[in-house]
Amino acid sequence: MSLDKQYLNYPQRSYGHDHDRFSWSMLADRAPIMWPEGKRVAVWINTSLQFYPLNQRGKPFKVPNGMTMPYPDLRHFTLRDYGNRVGIYRLLKAFERYSVRPTFAINSQLALDTPYLLEQLKQFDGEFICHGWNMDHLHYGGQDEQEEAELVKRSVDTLNTLIDTPVRGWLSPAKNQSWKTPDLLAANGIEYCCDWANDDMPYRFETKNGSLMMMPLSTELEDQFIIGQNLHSEDSWVEQVKDAFDFLLEESATQGGRMLALNIHPWMLGQPHRISSLEAVLEYIMKHADVWQATAGDILQAFNAQTIKED
Amino acid sequence: MKESLGVYDYWPYKDRPKIQWPNGAKVALWVAPNIEFYELDPPENPQRKAWPQPSPALPGYTIRDYGNRVGHRRQMALLDKYGIRGSVSLSVAVCEHHPEIIEMCCERDWELFSHGIYNTRYTYGLSEEQEREMIRDSIETIHRHSGQKCAGYLAPALSHSERTLDLFAEVSSELFGDKAGLYTCDLFHDDQPTPVTVRNGKRFISMPYSLEMNDTIVYSVNKVEPRHYGTMLKRHFDRLYEEGKDSGTVMCIPTHNYQVSCPHRLKAFEEALEYITGHSDVWVATGREIADYYLRHYYDAALEDIKNKMVSVK
Repeated sequence: MSLDKQYLNYPQRSYGHDHDRFSWSMLADRAPIMWPEGKRVAVWINTSLQFYPLNQRGKPFKVPNGMTMPYPDLRHFTLRDYGNRVGIYRLLKAFERYSVRPTFAINSQLALDTPYLLEQLKQFDGEFICHGWNMDHLHYGGQDEQEEAELVKRSVDTLNTLIDTPVRGWLSPAKNQSWKTPDLLAANGIEYCCDWANDDMPYRFETKNGSLMMMPLSTELEDQFIIGQNLHSEDSWVEQVKDAFDFLLEESATQGGRMLALNIHPWMLGQPHRISSLEAVLEYIMKHADVWQATAGDILQAFNAQTIKED
Repeated sequence: MKESLGVYDYWPYKDRPKIQWPNGAKVALWVAPNIEFYELDPPENPQRKAWPQPSPALPGYTIRDYGNRVGHRRQMALLDKYGIRGSVSLSVAVCEHHPEIIEMCCERDWELFSHGIYNTRYTYGLSEEQEREMIRDSIETIHRHSGQKCAGYLAPALSHSERTLDLFAEVSSELFGDKAGLYTCDLFHDDQPTPVTVRNGKRFISMPYSLEMNDTIVYSVNKVEPRHYGTMLKRHFDRLYEEGKDSGTVMCIPTHNYQVSCPHRLKAFEEALEYITGHSDVWVATGREIADYYLRHYYDAALEDIKNKMVSVK
């Protein structure tokens, strides 16, 4: 039996992308961006603070790095919890040592449940972005609209009650979205989203409720991707981040400022045998004269100041 | 279903008629950048899911979009630097979606060959007529946008039917005679071009297109560290170069602009290209150029040798 005729119909086969969320352009063709003080690479160090529930529903899929064993999967539950109890304090020490201004993407439930941790994070001159409710409350195609609307609102509102300045950024758990997620984010006052990792620079993204900026947070460079999913060594992760940095620096010589978006996890790099790898990366990057290390929001602000024109 | 594909005979690698590439080259090198388009919301195929999550499946979609928005230009700059013209395995819908990319390829005299319409539309379940229509569309689209008469085929997302090679050979003959439809990249059984039997009896070959050197297989399936990919490419080349003294070999590097062009992977790729192109007896060519040369000089000798070896076994 053959497929329906529709299978060879291509309704979106025309100029640009196959959706209308943003316009098509190649990075190499865009106007060059200048970072403050003539720096060439903006470095965004995104620390994802996550709560993986023991009673994971896995709806509509099991979140990467979540529970995999029959209930109760104490092994994965406690390994992830380790990050928020122990690992994060190793990361914070490294941030202090290298004067990092971190961006903390935090599950709102975790922010609510661990006031001590939140206070510690606030000691840094960083930024909080909303990382959804928890790692088992995913946003996905086919999700009930009311359910998702409530979830976004609860996540954003909760975090806003806990931090000093309104939250500007959003990172969905597992970087997964429904068709409505961007519309809901804009409706809830979110200014930028990090989920669409399809670029190396910020770009404008359209929603039903106005524009949203996209701040692409590279997945391929993440500690959990390289070390956790690909099973590469810690040394290789360090080498890959350095190679990425060197490449972006070189590209910035001819194409304008570039952004290194580095997402890390305290449950991964906060282990005693891995923390030196983070330190090695920070040693390499933070001392570099061409680096502007900043929060995601500050990087976006510098970008917007050069790209948004008065109507 | 067949027990064996049956489009080529057993033909041992040793003691074949000697191939000599132009200017005494030992290895014919071709780089095949896949320039693909994956749809955010493709129609379902009962035999293969396009994405692991329900649409919009951002993790898979966005990195592939990254390839076209960001990666392509990086790879193109690198191939320019080492004097390599790409032979593009093209989701032909890129001609409509991103014509700027196609123009840049044409300016450089890169080859475009068919990799279907979209990489999210699979051959599985298509009737013969439907598959023929899809292949015809792809060849015509390439011709319309570049003037090129499509020489090669790599089935979209490596999804095949038993008839795929026959249909490509037939449709390309109907459209452009012997000017199109010279080779398939869908068979991974050899390190040299080999004759392939197709239904219309066309002079048609399999062109080595190494899955083992394919960056997506290397990075996404085999989870190789980037620097090690560089080492693998060099070792692969070294051995084919050595063996190429006895009879010319083909090295293909199939790439994807969303894999090899990520900032943390370009260095290793560049080092390998520099190493390989730094050797004197390398013929840097396109798929069509290698196929043309082989068909003109070695295809008949190959058929003869295969026949003799089959007889001698009997």
